[in-house]
Amino acid sequence: MATSALDQQRAHAAAGHHEPTGLWSWLTTVDHKRIGILYGSTAFFFFLVGGIEALLLRIQLGSPNNTFLSPETYNQLFTMHGTTMIFLAIMPLSAMFFNFMIPLQIGARDVAFPRLNAFSYWVFLLGGLFLNSGFLFGAAPDQGWYGYANLTSLQYSPGLNVDFWMFGLQILGIASLAAAVNFFVTILNMRAPGMTLMRMPMFTWMSFITQVLLLLAFPVITVALILLMFDRFFGTHFFVPAGGGDPLLWQHMFWIFGHPEVYILVLPGFGIISEVLPVFSRKPLFGYAAMVFSGAFIAFLGFGVWSHHMFTTGMGPIADTFFSLTTMLIAVPTGVKIFNWLGTVWGGSIQYRVPIYFALGFIAMFIIGGLSGVMHSSPPADLQQNDSYFIVAHFHYVLFGGSIFALTAGGYYWWPKMFGRMLDERLGKIHFWLMLIGFNVTFFPMHIVGLNGMPRRVYTYPEGLGFETLNRLETVGAFILGLSFLVFLINIIKTWRGPRNAPADPWNGATLEWSIPSPPQEWNFAEVPVVHGRDPLWETKRERGGPLPEPPRVSGQGIHLPHPSYWPLVAAIGVAGVMVGVMAEPKVGPWGIMAGALILFIGVFNWAFEPAG
Amino acid sequence: MHLRTDALRKLRRWLPMLVLLAAACSPDHYPQTALRPISDFARIGDDIQTQTFYWALGVFVLVEGALLYAIFRFRGKPGDPEPRQVHGNTTIEIIWTVIPALILAAIAVPTVRGIFETSAIPAGDALKVEVVGHQWWWEFRYPDLGITTANEVHIPVGQTVSFRMRTADVVHSFWPPRFAGKRDVFPNRETRIWFKAEQAGEYPGQCAEFCGIQHGRMAFRVRAQTPDEFQSWVAHMQTLGAKPAAAAVAPPADSVRTATAGAVVPAEPVQGKQGAAPRATGKDSSATGTPPAPPPDPAYAAGEKLFQAKGCIGCHSLNAVNAPKGMIGPNLANVGARSYIGAGSFKNTDETLARWIQNPQAMKKGVLMPNLGVTPEEAKSLVAFLRAHQ
Amino acid sequence: MSDHAHAIEHHETSTGLDSRKLAIWTFIGSECLFFATLISNYLVHKETWLTGPGPFPHQEWVSPAGQHFEPIIEIPLVTLGTALLLFSSLFVVLALANAQRGSRKGLLLWLGLTIMCGLFFVGMQVYEFTHFVHKGLTLKTNLYGASFFVLTGFHGTHVTLGVIWLITLWIEGFRGRIPPAKSLNLEIAALYWHFVDVVWIVIFPVVYLIT
Repeated sequence: MATSALDQQRAHAAAGHHEPTGLWSWLTTVDHKRIGILYGSTAFFFFLVGGIEALLLRIQLGSPNNTFLSPETYNQLFTMHGTTMIFLAIMPLSAMFFNFMIPLQIGARDVAFPRLNAFSYWVFLLGGLFLNSGFLFGAAPDQGWYGYANLTSLQYSPGLNVDFWMFGLQILGIASLAAAVNFFVTILNMRAPGMTLMRMPMFTWMSFITQVLLLLAFPVITVALILLMFDRFFGTHFFVPAGGGDPLLWQHMFWIFGHPEVYILVLPGFGIISEVLPVFSRKPLFGYAAMVFSGAFIAFLGFGVWSHHMFTTGMGPIADTFFSLTTMLIAVPTGVKIFNWLGTVWGGSIQYRVPIYFALGFIAMFIIGGLSGVMHSSPPADLQQNDSYFIVAHFHYVLFGGSIFALTAGGYYWWPKMFGRMLDERLGKIHFWLMLIGFNVTFFPMHIVGLNGMPRRVYTYPEGLGFETLNRLETVGAFILGLSFLVFLINIIKTWRGPRNAPADPWNGATLEWSIPSPPQEWNFAEVPVVHGRDPLWETKRERGGPLPEPPRVSGQGIHLPHPSYWPLVAAIGVAGVMVGVMAEPKVGPWGIMAGALILFIGVFNWAFEPAG
Repeated sequence: MHLRTDALRKLRRWLPMLVLLAAACSPDHYPQTALRPISDFARIGDDIQTQTFYWALGVFVLVEGALLYAIFRFRGKPGDPEPRQVHGNTTIEIIWTVIPALILAAIAVPTVRGIFETSAIPAGDALKVEVVGHQWWWEFRYPDLGITTANEVHIPVGQTVSFRMRTADVVHSFWPPRFAGKRDVFPNRETRIWFKAEQAGEYPGQCAEFCGIQHGRMAFRVRAQTPDEFQSWVAHMQTLGAKPAAAAVAPPADSVRTATAGAVVPAEPVQGKQGAAPRATGKDSSATGTPPAPPPDPAYAAGEKLFQAKGCIGCHSLNAVNAPKGMIGPNLANVGARSYIGAGSFKNTDETLARWIQNPQAMKKGVLMPNLGVTPEEAKSLVAFLRAHQ
Repeated sequence: MSDHAHAIEHHETSTGLDSRKLAIWTFIGSECLFFATLISNYLVHKETWLTGPGPFPHQEWVSPAGQHFEPIIEIPLVTLGTALLLFSSLFVVLALANAQRGSRKGLLLWLGLTIMCGLFFVGMQVYEFTHFVHKGLTLKTNLYGASFFVLTGFHGTHVTLGVIWLITLWIEGFRGRIPPAKSLNLEIAALYWHFVDVVWIVIFPVVYLIT
């Protein structure tokens, strides 16, 4: 398009305002866009780590009685694969989009609490590093991502593995809570004039509901982890049967968190799909209100289904019935969403660009995941399915086929906005097909081996049970999947070298983020927009009778922005320090905790009293 | 012409793999399958699962079909006119909310019925089996018959067996897929499952709750036998009682008990499953109707001594009758006759058994049985000794 | 809170509520789940003791093994602490009213009294914990003890952090840095303080009164 004009404008703008560069500017940034990029790059790195862990697992399972991995290594890898993908990949990838896109979508210049936002990123980074530092001690967590008692008691897990997991998750929980408070307030309080709640973009809506889930679910696992910590460090017996404790209590507490957690993992993806499908079908989302209310209903009901993870524990017929029925009930709003998405593309004029490939792939895969979920909802059937590869198939279909496909769609969709460059279409399509094929070759056979008797979390299997053939196939699929991400990486590297000349609105978008330059200037909006309906940008373009001109880059004079600060980083180090201190208490006494607390106190104190500038 | 020969050639190359894959999709390819129920309990769940599957299949075909249709039918090009801007349709939305709800209700009804059916308490004349999960093996006790065994549970076909289950350490899950879905076992409460086997044979099962380093090798075997065979087995097991105190070398924990009164001992000697020689004397002189003393086997005698000297006796009981509770290792009273060792993990051949005795850590790393420094010669004797324990 | 954050927050917000006030309410909502889980844990375990002391405030308890345990809960002291904590919520409201009116003396008086009550409460808890330990009830003794100490301990920690927060504000008030325009700083702390109080209103009957 008008690249030279754009470059001219950039030159003008550059004369007025310099966006800082360099490591220090990243360490002290409070700009939501930069924090989003920090989240995204860190998360993508951990995603690759989790992926390599998965490939190692698949190599081990590719043959019966394989000795590629020892049982301890296998158990550490499957634990870390799950923990990494959930807490260090999917959640922070969503956070990347929360950070970058929510303020843009609601027409805000920043989030409500820029330093709290930065704090949450640094705590996340330190938590992820802490969790993985177990590998350095040969003691990576090895008790499963869900850490069932009483395997996690000191008696049966005397090593450091469970401690790394326990404290790592506590650190990550603090990051999630801080971010959730920030985004909850941002969405409620910082919308542009005219943007009522029922005019918000769907990604912002689903993200809003996700923040509520985070706020209500994380405290429960915080308590569970505290009780486990007391068991392991202070001699209590909350989950230790010998002292009167009950392992089942852990399961209840964990899943009261754990089930809302899976909606935390998938709702942002739902929001992304609800944005991508309308734009690339060139018609609005079908049934906006139903989509909002079904999302809210799923979140609400999500707190009432947790014991469907416990059907094999013998809770009794009344409990089984209750949770079976609530689980079936939650399928209804989920179905509504799928049908509304179908309704969105139906009768549309589908523009086949990479984002909608992934969005349509999402729908196809999520349907399968949802249907296997319905199959689990019936306890008599679930007694065979639970803890088998049938479950592994189900949750990979909803978490990979669901969340990852959706996040990838969001990645391609919002890439130009975030980085000012378009990703390559052809490589993107190759990425899609490799990912779709690789994913299905890896995970579809798991339905079959699972129902045919293969339990999960097994480091090997014998000959003679018939598992070899499909396991070998699944391993091949996993490598195809790995290859697809290689293609994605090549795409990123190749296009990164090109000029930063993506237009503001490459896709004919409907929402406010497409009305500002790509990438946006530090203050996002030169003028705060006024909104008159849903899909505000379509409305504006309709009124004008055509596409909008490239928005100019302005000097930013007179726009007040929050100042960078290193206190969030200091406070984050304090938080991690306290946790490390507790874990090291047997060795160093209370001094580690006190040092961490001191750093935390200094960080928070200075943060609170930071002078205006 | 060219295309057809090309295609045929491709097909021939891929055919073996396709056949293999097709076979791998059939439940008959899988001994541990959950899709070929052979018990009343398993049929309850299987029935519901089949129904749910067909509903799911129907929904899958319809919805994915609609998706595929839309993908092709509504392709657009950049210059195309804007499609009709539809925002929703209340009627359709209601329909596609109600219909799935009805389908779910159709699944819910048999589900609730099935929940109560599978939770029901089995009839009074059910055979009671107590299951104790251990890291990483399974203990089976028959309280009414006074016998204990490990890793291979014998049950009669046509009679309901009621399993009452616990664990001695961490949470495990008992899963014999041909007969029943799984039930977790807990340290502080009893869980139950029951079923009536319909078909004799030997079937594998596995632990299905991650329980530590060797969760992957915590399997077991179910030997469903005709009622007569089962009775013979029980009767035989009831002869595998304690040595009288006088015959013991150094009284280990479990040999203080003698064979219990009330044990049913058959009038004739019972042959072990593999037709091995009946056990040597010394073990059963306290019981009536003892088998005749076979000629002394030097390997057996050496093995018997080693079983004490190496400390095996400290973890493993050789008594099926009144076996002590809380042993760290599986009961070995009939180990010679079992199909597998190492908790359903390795075929019970002499060679494998010898390897296990010499270096269990190499075969099942982390298992609680340490390497006891057994030489190959000693292993041979121990194998002979254990093989005689049928 | 820093001046510039304050200036930003005084932009118009979509709900009309100050963002920091909304944030503390949000945080409080989350903390409700935290304490709900701890209280549920206590309720599950309060009857679980394999060895004493048990929680009978009014009577001695003899364990199945024949051991005698005296009652250890001192209801009068805890009631006094509870009453003072409840009053402290009133005091902080008065402190806030004075701050909003610009009355520095009133602010310092009532806020000071709030802090005193908070300190007394924490002191009462420290005394109580020590007393229990002397009587043989520790974290490790039984699950009742474990649950009691974890629940009341975390509540006490929240009170302590609240006291520190209030002391910081008192010092700020003393230096004249809480004019009416900045009374929101105190209001946010007061909201947190009320929350901590409300949690205690639930804990007190559950732990001390209901047997």
